[in-house]
Amino acid sequence: MLNLVWVGLIVVGVAVAALQGHIDATTSAAFESAKLGVETVITLTGIMIFWLGIARVAEQSGLMEVLARVLRPIFRFVFPSLPRDSPALSAILLNVSANMLGLGQAATPFGLKAMQELQAVNDQPDKETASDAMVTFLVLNTAGVTLVPATVIAYRAAAGSRHPSEIVAATIAASLCSTVLALTLDAVLRRRRAR
Amino acid sequence: MVHAMDVVSRWSIPMIFAGVLLFGLYRRVDVYNVFLEGARDGIELSMTILPYVVAIFAALGIFRDSGAMRLVAHALGPVLHRVGVPAEVLPLMLIRPLSGSGALAITAELLRRHGPDSYVGRLASVLQGSTDTTFYILSVYFGSVGVRRIRSALTIGLLADLFGFALAIFFVHLLFGGP
Repeated sequence: MLNLVWVGLIVVGVAVAALQGHIDATTSAAFESAKLGVETVITLTGIMIFWLGIARVAEQSGLMEVLARVLRPIFRFVFPSLPRDSPALSAILLNVSANMLGLGQAATPFGLKAMQELQAVNDQPDKETASDAMVTFLVLNTAGVTLVPATVIAYRAAAGSRHPSEIVAATIAASLCSTVLALTLDAVLRRRRAR
Repeated sequence: MVHAMDVVSRWSIPMIFAGVLLFGLYRRVDVYNVFLEGARDGIELSMTILPYVVAIFAALGIFRDSGAMRLVAHALGPVLHRVGVPAEVLPLMLIRPLSGSGALAITAELLRRHGPDSYVGRLASVLQGSTDTTFYILSVYFGSVGVRRIRSALTIGLLADLFGFALAIFFVHLLFGGP
């Protein structure tokens, strides 16, 4: 899919340029853009280095665990099928906390751990079918709850924004609302199946 | 409410810097050395994203400068305009559920070409930050435990992306005004 989109952009671009009689525009566009891409990444590198340093401190000091503790009561309500002390719930909490804090790299191992724990208590007869809790977990994960959109702020700063963080509130609001909507949809579907 | 959201936006990052470092000290983390250790990953990360960024920048550059983007904007513009989506942001919406690094590269390109403080730049920022790579997450997570029948996960995941897009447009309009 991504293959097609990428090739499509280039081939359609070349074709349109050829038809409109300015084929040389594609050559300069490709090389100018490639140069711009490298410049962008170089500007970004400094910000990334700083941010990943802060992120590592957050990780080592156990900030995820603190957030996970705050979120736990809400999550028992979101995952009614999991017992309160289940290891799956703990892994889910750490994964979501890491995602919310913008610690993407720390989130994935917890997410995979959560899937293993959920598979261990999967109540489907064949284990090749997703359980209710798995669907809910991945809905939560793909909806992308965010507190700290660190990467976007870094990219904005690299592009020379006057207020790189001005989009924080809008991002939190949009991701929170869409997550709540998605979880509601999931709960409704689950209840209809149960009947 | 708009004022409160502005305060959140301006204060959150400095507070996180100070808060995280102080919390680290309180938890007796060797803050400076741990910072440096994490910072080293930044170099590698930049080198990792470089090929993606160049690939996307070049493809979008060709597509735009050839005049193809103008044709698309001409064809779809009126429809997209009505829902508050500039034609330039459409590729980001299409790629976002498919590829994290691809979407990030498109966002970088939009920020660079239109300016981070423009309507396009802000909308791209909020879209990028508030949604996630649905297809990638589903295939990696379900794949890791051998689940093949994923039931409603994909449908709800893609609907969540759509909700996210609509809400991003809404909140950008609310806080910063239209294009």
